[in-house]
Amino acid sequence: MELRRYRADLHIHTCLSPCGELEMFPRAVVGKARAMGLDIIAVTDHNSAENAAAVEEAATGTGLTVFPGLELTTEEEAHILGLFDPGTDLGPLLAAVYENLPDLPSKRSFIEDQVIVDAEDGVTGFHPRCLIGATRFSVYEAVGLIHKYGGLAIASHIDREAFSIISQLGFIPSDLALDAVEVSPLLRFDEARAAFGPLSPLPLVRFSDAHRSEEIGRATMDFLLAEPRLEEVRRALAGRDGRESRPS
Amino acid sequence: MKLSELAARLDLKVFTGEGGLDRPVGGGYAGDLLSDVMAHGRKDDLWVTIQVHPNVVAVAVLKDLAGIVLANGREPTAETIERAEKEGVPLLGTPATAFELAGRLHGIGIKGS
Repeated sequence: MELRRYRADLHIHTCLSPCGELEMFPRAVVGKARAMGLDIIAVTDHNSAENAAAVEEAATGTGLTVFPGLELTTEEEAHILGLFDPGTDLGPLLAAVYENLPDLPSKRSFIEDQVIVDAEDGVTGFHPRCLIGATRFSVYEAVGLIHKYGGLAIASHIDREAFSIISQLGFIPSDLALDAVEVSPLLRFDEARAAFGPLSPLPLVRFSDAHRSEEIGRATMDFLLAEPRLEEVRRALAGRDGRESRPS
Repeated sequence: MKLSELAARLDLKVFTGEGGLDRPVGGGYAGDLLSDVMAHGRKDDLWVTIQVHPNVVAVAVLKDLAGIVLANGREPTAETIERAEKEGVPLLGTPATAFELAGRLHGIGIKGS
């Protein structure tokens, strides 16, 4: 099978994340991703994935592939990305997450920032739980849960001083079955490799963690794949079967 | 003050590491960001935290801390206890909050830097 380059930004929030700008509606996200020359994006809201299907649908026919996903907050307050194949039913996974997310009383004005939308940018509801809280999952449980549903587990922005597995746990436990570690756009890829390469044998990726439209595509990876599927990305991260992963 | 005396005075529960209770406590540090404790914890400090991940034991060994107290009634995971046992790191606990425990420690002469 012929391999080609896919430019990917696999860490993007939508208007469902309370810290994501309201402008991050499906059409805006898809439009900006296309304008930036991206081939694959992942929708990764905090502790939820309720807008992922809408973004997938909004991208239909555009040539853009959308991986549904989420960014779990563990009980240690480390962020872990879970990325899944297009079309994966994340209902049972989300049910497990919500069961383990403390039902914090939130101000109405705050909940209104957690907007659930359809593919035409229509508002269909507001998520009632406070999504930025920490789940009761340990990092091990979070990675186990992501793997149970066939996903890739990636430690988010390990260079950041907040919500990174290194800030919270001092270092990356060697027995944690992560598929990769991510650095933020604050570091260049070569700086990140120099800083974190010696600390972890895991594949390194760099994505945008976009919360605003103009941030989409500010950090991307170029994957050499046969098709834009999660299994192919898994191979690319591992450098197997001729698949490759490189900073753009 | 020895850790054993301190544990008795503040009614701390000992999860594991009885062998290390003879150790003198030089000072105290409180924090839940392990990266911060790695940067600022000092040898012989008693460390107050609510993190229960096994990495707390590694940080205590790395910084040669006197022991770890889990505040707020937090229970260590089985693996954390196992690792503390293996490394001989005293692992204690209290239902008191970290703030409250730090105050009591200060009251009996254990100071921060």
